[in-house]
Order: sequence, then C-alpha cells, then structure tokens
Amino acid sequence: MSTTTSPAPAAAAHETPAPPRSNQIMREILGGSAAISVLAVVLALIAGGILIILTDERVAETSGYFFSRPGDTLGAAWQAVSGAYSALFRGSVFNYATDRGFAIAIRPLLETLTFATPLIAAGLGVALAFRVGLFNIGGRGQMLIAAAAAGYVGAYIPMPPVLHLVVALVVGIIGGALWGGIVGLLKARTGAHEVIVTIMLNYIAFYLVSFLLRTPGALQAPGQNNPKSGPMLESAVYPSLLGPQYSLDLGFILVIVATIYVWYLLNRSAMGFQFRAVGENPHAAQVAGINVKSVYVKVMLIAGALVGLAGVQQVLGNFTGGFAAGLDAGIGFDAITVALLGRSKPWGVFFAGILFGALKAGSFTMQSSEGIPVDIVLVVQSFIVLFIAAPPLVRAIFRLPTPDSTFQWRKPAIDRKAEVSK
Amino acid sequence: MTAAPVTTAPASTVPGAPGSIAVKSWKAPIAFAIFTLIAIVLFFVVGRGDKEGNPTTIYRLSEPRDAIQLPPLELGLAETTIVVTILMVAATVGAFLLARAAIKVPLWLTTIFAVLFLVGFLTWAAAGATVPMIGLLAGALTVSTPLIFGSLGGVISERVGVVNIAIEGQLLGGAFMAAMLGTLTGNPFVGLLGAMVAGAAVSFVLAAFAIKYLVDQVIVGVVLNVLVLGLTSFLYSTVMVPNAETFNSPEKFERIAIPLLSDIPVLGPILFRQTVIVYLMYLAIFLVWFGLFKTRWGLRLRSVGEHPTAADTVGINVRATRFWNVLLAGAIVGGGGAFFTLAAVGSFGKDMTNGAGFIALAAVIFGRWDPIRATLASLLFGFATNLQSTLSIVGSPVPSEFMLMLPYVVTIVAVAGFVGLSRAPAASGKPYLKA
Repeated sequence: MSTTTSPAPAAAAHETPAPPRSNQIMREILGGSAAISVLAVVLALIAGGILIILTDERVAETSGYFFSRPGDTLGAAWQAVSGAYSALFRGSVFNYATDRGFAIAIRPLLETLTFATPLIAAGLGVALAFRVGLFNIGGRGQMLIAAAAAGYVGAYIPMPPVLHLVVALVVGIIGGALWGGIVGLLKARTGAHEVIVTIMLNYIAFYLVSFLLRTPGALQAPGQNNPKSGPMLESAVYPSLLGPQYSLDLGFILVIVATIYVWYLLNRSAMGFQFRAVGENPHAAQVAGINVKSVYVKVMLIAGALVGLAGVQQVLGNFTGGFAAGLDAGIGFDAITVALLGRSKPWGVFFAGILFGALKAGSFTMQSSEGIPVDIVLVVQSFIVLFIAAPPLVRAIFRLPTPDSTFQWRKPAIDRKAEVSK
Repeated sequence: MTAAPVTTAPASTVPGAPGSIAVKSWKAPIAFAIFTLIAIVLFFVVGRGDKEGNPTTIYRLSEPRDAIQLPPLELGLAETTIVVTILMVAATVGAFLLARAAIKVPLWLTTIFAVLFLVGFLTWAAAGATVPMIGLLAGALTVSTPLIFGSLGGVISERVGVVNIAIEGQLLGGAFMAAMLGTLTGNPFVGLLGAMVAGAAVSFVLAAFAIKYLVDQVIVGVVLNVLVLGLTSFLYSTVMVPNAETFNSPEKFERIAIPLLSDIPVLGPILFRQTVIVYLMYLAIFLVWFGLFKTRWGLRLRSVGEHPTAADTVGINVRATRFWNVLLAGAIVGGGGAFFTLAAVGSFGKDMTNGAGFIALAAVIFGRWDPIRATLASLLFGFATNLQSTLSIVGSPVPSEFMLMLPYVVTIVAVAGFVGLSRAPAASGKPYLKA
C-alpha cells in the first residue's frame, strides 16, 4: 500500500492509498458483464441437474447394466432432469398442464412474484450496504426484529384500518433500521468488523424474538403454549392486489417503490453520491470531505430499513395467521445471493429477486410432483453465486476471452493525454 | 501511514494521551463495575423471593461410580451472595486503583473475578436445588468439543491469511460424511477420516476461490455454508432417509476411561472418560499451539498471514502456504464435525450443527486468534450453553434465551474493543497478488 502523498496532481492520482479489498470486490462485482450472470445461472442449473441424476433411483437401477444398454441410463437421466426442470417451470411461471383456464395457469407466476417480494426487499438492503463496501450478513436479525415490531403492532394494538397498516409498517421498518444501525454505529465508532457483528446480531435477534414469542404479554398469543404470535388483525394485513385467488399483495408495490427509491438514492441524490464515493475508496472520500463514519451509520440504517421491509412482508403479508421465530425462512441469507446476482444495482436486484423467487416457488412443485427435495434450490443458488463471484472460472469453463489486462480503463485521462503528446 | 505520526506527535507530549507510553485503560474496571452491578441487582434486588427462608445450593462433586467420593458442597444463598458481592466490589476497586496507576489489570484478577461471579450466579440461580457439577462440566466439554475443533481450524486459517466463515459448513460436511462412511464401513475411524476429508474438501473450494480466483473470502465462506447445508440436506432427504440402516446409523465411538487419570476427583470423570475424538482434541490443541509458536511451519504460517510480501521476499511460497494450511484447517474442523454423528448423537440430521460453526468463529475472535485462548473461549461458550440446559432442569429465574445469547453478546463486546485488544492477523482476508 502506498502511503506517501506527492503534491503533483498527476502523481497523486497514482499514489492515493488503495481502497480496502471489500471495495475492490464491490467494483469487480459491479463491473462483471451480464453474459457472466446468464452463464452462471446456466452452469448452476447444470450442476443441479447432475445432482438430480446422481440421486435418481431409476438412473441408479439402469446404470447397473449401463454397458449393455447405455440408452436406458441416459434416457432415465434425461427423464429425471427434464421432469425436474419442467416441474420447476410449471411451478414458477406457467402451469401448462392445467386445463382450468388461463387464470389458474398463470397463478404460478404470481406465486413467484410473491416469493420474490421479501427477497427483493432484503436484497436491496444487502446491495445498498455492498455499494458502500459493507457486507450486511445481518439480514436475518434485521428481519426478525422488524417482524417482531410490526407483528406486535399488527396483532395486539387495534387501530382504524388504513392507519393500522401504516403504523405497523413504519414501526417494523424502524425496528429493522435500528438493528442495522447498531452495526453501522459499531463500525464507525469502534471499527468492529461488520461481518462479525452482523452474524452475532443475527443470533441475538433470534434468541430475543424467541424469548418474546414464548413470553405471555409480549408476543405470545394469549392462552397459547406454543412460541407463536397471535394472528394479525384484519386492519393490519396487506390488501391483496389481484383478488383472493392470487397471493400477490400490496408488498409487491412497496418493493417496486423501494427499488425506485434505492435507484434514486444511489444515482440521483447527494447522499447516494457520498455512498458511492465511500464505496469506491473510503480514503479518497475522506480526503474529499465526506464524513465516512456518518456514511457507515446512515447506510446501515437504510439497509436495515430495507431488510426490515422484508420482515414486515413476512408477518403482514405471508404469515398473517401468526409467526414463529423461523419466519425469516432463510431470506436474510438468500438476500446476499440476490444482491450478488443483481450486481448490487437496484434493478439488477429486482430481477435477481424474481429469479430466486421463481426457484423457490418452483421447488415446491418439484418436490410434490418429482420427489426432489426443496433443498436443491439452496444448492443451485449457492452455485450461481460461486460462479458469479468468480468470473475467471466461468470464462475458463466457456473459454471466453479474458478482458485485455493491458487495457487500463481506470487510468486518469490526464495521463493518457500526456502519453499522446509524447 | 505518514499521516499518523504527524497528528499524534504533538498530542504525545500531553500526559495520558493515546500517544504516550503510560496508557490508562479504564475498560477492565468499567467491565468489572458493570458485572458487579449486575450481580448486586440479581442477588439483592431481584433476589429469590420465590424460595422460602435461606435456601442452600448443593454442588454434587462426585458421581456414585467414582472411586474417590467427595462430600457435596453446600452453599447458603445469603452468605454466599454477600461474600461474593463484597469480594467483587473489592476486585472492582482494586481494578480502578490499578488503572489509575496505569497498571494493566492482571489476568489472574480477571479470572478470580469471573469465578466469583460464576459461583455467586450459580448459587443464586440454582438456589434450593442440587447442581451435578460433574454432569454440568462434562456436558460443557461435550458441547465445546466441536467448537474447539472449529476454532482451532479457524485460528490456523485466519493466521495464514484466509478468513474462514465456512467453519459451519465444514462441521456440517464432516458430520454428514462421518455418518455416511461410518455406516457404510461399520468403522467409526473410517468415518472420522471421511469427516476430515469432507472438511478439507470444503476448505479446498474456499482456498481455490479465495487464492486462485481471488474471490472475496467472506462471500465464498457465506456461500459455502449455504452450499453445504443444501447439499447435505438434499442428500439426507434423497439418500439417507429412505435407507437409514445402510447410510445413517454409524457405530458410535466408545467412551474409554484412562486408568488412574480417570480416578482423579472431579476432573478425572470429566476429562478422562471420553471418546477418542476428545482425546484427539487434547492432542490437536497442543499440536496447533506448539506448531504455531514453536516450529518453522508456524513461523512461516504466521508471517504469511501478517505480512505476505515480506514472507515472499524471504522465499516463502505465499499461495502454496495458504492453500495447504487452509486445507489442514478444514480437515481439523471436519474431524470436529464427526463428533456430532459419531459421539454425541449417533446419526445425521438436517442442519444438525445449528450454528456451532458461528460460535466457533466467535471463539476465534474472542480468543484473539490464539489456539489456547480460542479453546478457553470455546469452553466458556460451551459452558454457557450447557449451564442453560442444566439450569432449565433445576428451574432457573433467568430465561434460557439470554444464556444462549451470551457467546454472541460477548463476541460483539470483544470486537468492539471493550475487552482487551482484538486484532486480527494483518493480512487476514486479503488475497496476495505477486507484484
């Protein structure tokens, strides 16, 4: 790391302290091409297919006489994979097998959007922190606290219809924001690494909410022994968007608004400029007069609020009958993969969320019709991220050309002019 | 940094400023004061109004089968809490005086303080009941064993410069492979070996992505945890559940009592009536400590983690050192994962490690990247977890969730720098690019 600062402006451009590693990673993830993303998804689906073939019973049976009749094995393998992925399609986009009309056939697509809603919200929270060079692994904790706060208001404090929903939503978002803000504050004040703090806060939130859920008078449903909250009051539940036959609710609109907000924040606002500057290089941002510590606190507050929106979605939209401590359903971690696949850009996260929502929605059809455990989604998802995170690996597999290493696209313009004039 | 001396040079002439030599650290006395306050509140404000008179807590120090029987220890609630509180106040005052004289609070004082707090707390929480000390401590060791393996692997990995968030995945992979191979071969030792290979395999992915493809280590670690969880859950549902007999009923390791040593009162039954995995753990703790600090291997490993460029300059192959040691770390953690299926439970279950890897990670940090301290931290966390289950049996006034939360709170306090200095190896998490 270069530490000297020369007064000459041209030299200074070269010798400012290099940004921390996480900031460079952020830049690499942003800079990757869309082709890599698509190829990563394809590779992950192939890997998932291999896993399906390896564990398929018919394939195992026919492979016993593979060398006498290889066609049987290959046929069985093809059936296993095509059966699985067509079930995935039927469960997530369009159920072409039904004969009950278009309204029923299109239901899986709306199901996908419903699954995508909390993923997008939480993904935005993770992505925003990424843009500042922070890893927000605390999605689970932020969701739980937000859900507990919103759930308490939604289930136990009666209010007039519209007001109730708004208050529950706001309280939940504040809960998530505060839980995220702790991380920003500790990072800014003491330099505590946000990865460790967020992981630890996840567990603290989990035990805290578990405690509240089994304490009568806190979150536990009155007269119940289970660690579960009471059902949400009718006035606090997200209204359905397309009628009761579809599960899509107001939450999806809120998520679209959130995406637009994050886009505006990052690309059109002064605060977003500061965020991106700190994300590019906190040392340079500091020199330019940006208060880096306050940016850390602010971004974690907003990130926590966005993840909190996902938590609120779970209690006021998806589990309105009362929630338990497992309400986050792994979304806090899925959000990391969503943010990575979306390259931490708001609309990228939006579509990545829909893709993972489709995987989730389809996995249940895959399990019911093909007997493939839903856990396959975790495998496919983690493969996608591994491939996305390692562009050189994908390039090596598909023999894509390496971007020319001699081309320095970040070289200051002033240097290039100097070279030309030579 | 050139900026640092410039700004601190004038400040260092001011006595007591951060730049001067006599550093007064108020963190320890403040921490003492907080715990003393907690103790006073618990013992005298909350109290045990639910118990009549002055209940006694009985500490049972031997089990019926022990060779040497010790009489149980009986502590009255009132006397114990008063004595403990007075001593804790004294220790706090002492710590403040030491801090004012700019003397670092010695470790023994902290240890005595912690033991005092614990005795007072236990006597208060279990008032009127019997605490089986052997069971409590032996159980704590059982809970701690995978944590210790995990933290040893974490220490090696981080000391060589690769952040290991994937401890959880390595433990889970180890547990799965141990159950699978242990059942298929009918030999737990093969299962243990398989667990080590599985842990090393997870490490291999981590090392390949982090060292070869320069992917961020935290991302790979997080994703690996999800991947291993997904893979083991998938294979558990498709392979193990339909054929539990052939794939998921491994023979467990037998407990072996070491002659003589196992007859030592209190300690013997806890430490020396254990399975092979625990004895291997003792060996591993010693070897990791000795290797890291007394051998050439350890010196090289640490230098690669602290200053890879310097290590490279003197001819150490940074990438190879990192690669092989991360693999070694994974093998150690994987061996710890075998403890779940071959010693503790006896079969694999979905997500059976249940966050143990993250507690081990916490222990690495709380133990300041030192194998002995990390082991002690693991023991502390294991003790807290097991204390919670023991207390829930005798009926404790503290909600179990808060006991379970303890390791995580303690870790946040540690990384926030309230307790001692928590400094990671300088190059941990940074890939090395040869210039």
